[in-house]
This record gives sequence, structure tokens and C-alpha cells, in this order.
Amino acid sequence: MNILTKALTTAAMAAALFAAPANAADDVRIALVVKALGIGFFEAAAKGAEEAAEELGNVEIIYTGPTDTTAEGQIEVINSLIAQRVDAIAISSNDTDALVPALKRAMQRGITVISWDSGVAPEGRQLHLNPSSNALIGNMIVKLAADHLPDGGDVALLSATTTSTNQNIWMEEMNKVLGDYPGINVVATVYGDDLADKSYREATGLMQSYPDLDAIIAPTSVGIVAAAQAVVDAGKVGQVNVTGLGLPSEMAGAIESGASKSFAIWNPIDLGYSATMLAYELSQNGIEAEEGAEIPMGRMGTLTLDDKNEGAMADPFIYDASNIDDFKSVF
Amino acid sequence: MSMRSIPVRELILGGAILVLLALIAGRFPDFVAPGNLANVFNDTAPLIILALGQMVVIMTRCIDLSVAANLALTGMVVAMLNVAVPWLPIPVILAIAVLLGALMGAVNGLLVWKLAIPPIVVTLGTMTIFRGIIFLISDGKWVNSHEMSPAFTGFPRAEIFGLPVLSWTAIAAILVFAVMMARTPLGRSFFAVGGNPHAAVYTGIDVGKTQFLAFVLSGALAGLTGYLWVARYAVAYVDIAGGFELEVVAACVIGGISIAGGVGSVAGAVLGAIFLGVVKNALPVVNISPFWQLAISGSAILIAVAFNARAGRAKGRIILKSAEATS
Repeated sequence: MNILTKALTTAAMAAALFAAPANAADDVRIALVVKALGIGFFEAAAKGAEEAAEELGNVEIIYTGPTDTTAEGQIEVINSLIAQRVDAIAISSNDTDALVPALKRAMQRGITVISWDSGVAPEGRQLHLNPSSNALIGNMIVKLAADHLPDGGDVALLSATTTSTNQNIWMEEMNKVLGDYPGINVVATVYGDDLADKSYREATGLMQSYPDLDAIIAPTSVGIVAAAQAVVDAGKVGQVNVTGLGLPSEMAGAIESGASKSFAIWNPIDLGYSATMLAYELSQNGIEAEEGAEIPMGRMGTLTLDDKNEGAMADPFIYDASNIDDFKSVF
Repeated sequence: MSMRSIPVRELILGGAILVLLALIAGRFPDFVAPGNLANVFNDTAPLIILALGQMVVIMTRCIDLSVAANLALTGMVVAMLNVAVPWLPIPVILAIAVLLGALMGAVNGLLVWKLAIPPIVVTLGTMTIFRGIIFLISDGKWVNSHEMSPAFTGFPRAEIFGLPVLSWTAIAAILVFAVMMARTPLGRSFFAVGGNPHAAVYTGIDVGKTQFLAFVLSGALAGLTGYLWVARYAVAYVDIAGGFELEVVAACVIGGISIAGGVGSVAGAVLGAIFLGVVKNALPVVNISPFWQLAISGSAILIAVAFNARAGRAKGRIILKSAEATS
């Protein structure tokens, strides 16, 4: 079984490789598989994928996914894509491990497989595209505050829980680059436990304890919304700028009221665009996904892979009054 | 009899709150400014309202763990209703919130009354069910501030005589409960059912029905708070007020409402809630490490309960005065 299967697979792969240039005239079919259909974030990613397809010229995007966010649903979708013999699958997975067998089968049939947004275990894909990296996020959250404080000022952090791993890593990364922002003083770090009422109370407490506070940085979606509401209720709009990581749909009110001048999160359009570009490069231009590889992704620059074949796309995207209306209905 | 005319426990708790305020003022004087105290009261208003409802439930030897989930579900329903029908006037929204909350309370009450399932099991179950229903109706999505109408979010903030409506709602609830507990047959029957259910039956009180009504009251108040909460924080999602039911029970216990039933007072529940409210609002400004905050809140509860247990311990009654004298 082993040797025969391997030999056959090798032959099939070789045939596929040789066949590739001949097929180049036809459209390259790249499947963008999402966690579930009907989610604004992924619809936006599909928009980005279409943009990449237009730029590349000979690419057809198949935007698909299950109707609910289950691994079983995605496995069915993958099996049907294998049967359709698509050229590449770019997937945002519902389960790190459950999809591996199905995706392995796809790779054995010569289909390029990459994951983006929500990853698959390394054996189930060729590379994984992270929207950003901890270092980039850490830098971004302090940059957001500093951009509106040219003369420096006092800022405070409002985190989730004391044990929340990603929050702590981001704040650690932020402290590393704090020296690049002279005049920015971090006066306190408080924890809102990702509860609206506790975050609100902590933000109110910050404004009382530090009457000269200039900004509250909340790298958590519950915290940033609650802090913005606390600033509005305290009548400190214009004095205290609330910023950090949040979703446009949840933050639209805070931008409108002026409590938040800007905040950041990944841009789903860029994410879909980059995933498509990467899938194309791997599938058509024979680029190997390996440690240290630098893979071009059009207008988004290049992706550098680490030892787990993962890479970070870019800085989180900044949302403010100028673009919030375009995104608030998206995600 | 003399115990009733001088509510010692409430006096001590009131004194403890004053001492606490003095300690906080030592580290952060602005905390005791009248304006800030009004803010603290306003922030504590939801806890006060829920503690009053929980009080009558605990008094009848039951417990309602579903209040926070009830609050969250009602909050989500009225928020979604506001998005769908933005012109719906606030009185209608209030009525819907109270009725929906009462309905959920009635489900708890019926299960306890008619099926005689232990209240802790019933409400533990409905707590999870209510949270599950929020997920089902909202699809896990948030209702955000820009989607709500200004009237909807503005109501609890509107000021009357310098205090927000949220605070006035709590004050109104306190007055209504004070009259109900002291002056109405229903209020007295809560004491009777919890104090001695068997004796209550002989006086013609239906124990199950009284417990049912306690759950309906608690549910109605949770529903009302649901709207106020969502409007105040201008956001509704599955997990709002997560774990808040334990704070409500803690407020009652600190306020001297006996988990064994039959003992308690409106003043106790209110002071218990205010005590917790002061602690919660003071911790962020007195600069105590967040790692200590939980331990401090927990210790305050334990000390209060230990104190109540000592004070509430029934002293042996001397039946034969002459025997005592001779021994």
C-alpha cells in the first residue's frame, strides 16, 4: 500500500507540476474558504480576494464555506473543492486539528493549501498568514495614542484580566518600544476583566485618579467600548482619547461622539487580498514555503516565514472618522 | 421585641460603611465629595434593585441564581427591539422589560412551586438556558451604541433634581419594598414562609405560591435592570453582567438576610449593596494592585458573613429563672 500509494502520488504530483504551465492559459481557481458564510468580516475578505484576482488577471475566486461555523461543514466544503480540482485553497479554519486530514488529502492531489486569520496545524497547510504580529500590535497601540499627543502626555492601559495571555504579551511588546515615543508616560495599568461594568468603573477611576490623563489604551474590544462610554458620561470627550483594539461596528458610536479619535484592528480586505496573492505565488510561481522564505503579496509587500511557516501580514489597520462608515457594517 | 425596634445589624453595617468611607478619604479625599458619592450610588443602583428582589427570594428559603442571565436576556431583547423599532416609546420598553423579566421569574417560580425542584437547581438550569437563548436570538452578535436610539440610551442618564433616573429607580424600588415588606400581607407572608413554613401553612399561607411570587418579583426587577444596564453601558452582548448573580447574593448576605430564610430587612439589603458598591468603586482609585482587589472583596464578604453568623446565633432561652439562680 505504502510504496504503491507514494509512487502513484508522486507520479500524480509530478504530472500536476508538468501540467501546470500548460494550464496557465486557463483561469487559476483559488478557493477562499471561510468559517461560515454570511459573516461581514469574511465578505470583506472576499472583496479583497476579488481585488487580487483582478490584479493578477487570470484568477477565478471561489468564495465558499459552511453555513455555520463547524469543522464538519468545512471538511465537506474541502472535499467538494478537491473533487472540483481547484488550484489552491486558502482557509480560515474552525478547528486547528480536525481539518488536517482533509487538507492533507488536498495537498496530496497537488492543491496548494494555506491558512489565514485562524490557523491550521502545520502539517495541514503550507503556510499560515497571521493578520499581524504581537510586536506590531504592541507598537501600534502606543502609536495610536502618541499620534494625537505631539507634546507627549499621560496614558493609562485598560486591559482584560490579569491572566489574559495575549493582552499581557501586547503590553510587554508595547513597553519594549515605549522609548521610541518620548514624552509618553504610562501612568497606570488597570484590569476590566472584559466585563462592560467593571471596565467602565475602572475607566472612571482612572479619570479620577489622574485628572490630567490624556489617553486610555484598551487593547480589548469590551474594554475600549466601555471606556469610551465612561469618557462620554464623565464629560471628558476631547480631553481623554480612548484608543486601542476594537471592531468598527462596535466602535462607530465612540468615533461619532469623539470619545475615540482612532483605533486599530486588522483590515479584512487586505487579509483576503494577501491570502489570494500568497496562494497564487505558491501554486503558480513555484515558490517553496519554508523558513526564511520571502513571498511577495502585491501591494501588501512581502511575507517572511518563521520556523513554523507562519508570517505576519502588516501593522493593524487604523480606523477613524474618515473610514469608519465604510467598515461599520462590515464587521 | 426590643431587637426589632433597634435594628442593631443595620446600624453596625451603616457604621462599617462610614468607617470604610473615612479610610478611603484618607487615601483619596475626592472620593467622599457629594458629587462622587452620588456617582457611586448611581453605579450601585442596579445592584440595589437586584438585591431587593433577591432578598424576598432568599427570605422564603429559596435562591435565584438566574437574575444576571435574566437581566442579560431582557437587555438583549429590548436592545434588539430598539434597533428594529426605534420609535417605540420608553414607557413601552420599560413595560416589556418588566413583563419579560417577570415571565422568566415565573418559570423559576413554577418549577419550584409545582415540581418542587430545589431552587438552586432550577435557577442554575434557567441561568444557563437564558444565556443560551441570548446566543440564539443574537447569533452571538453585539448590539452597539450607534444602533440604539438616543432616547433609549438617554433614559437612565436623564437627570431629575440632580440625580439620574437610574438612581431614582433604585430609590423608588427601596420605598416600594419598604412599604410592601412592612405593611402588606404579601410582605409579611415572605417572613412567615421563611421563618416557619409549617406554621405558615396553619395560618392559611400557601408556601409554594408565596415562593412563586417571590421569584416573579425578583424576575421583574431583573428585567427592569436589564433595560437600565444595557442603556447605561450602551452595549448588549451574551456575557453582560456575567457572574453578577453572585454579587447580588453577596449583597444580601452582607446585609444580614439569612440564607436559612425568614430573617432580613430592606435596609439590610440596601446597605449590603451599598457596602459592595463602595468597595468596587473605591478599589480602582485607592491604587491597590489589581492582584489584591479580588482578595479584598472576598475578605469583606467573609468578614461580614462571619459577623452575621455570630450576631444571628440564637441564644439559649432561660425557661426556669429559679433554676438559673440556684445553679
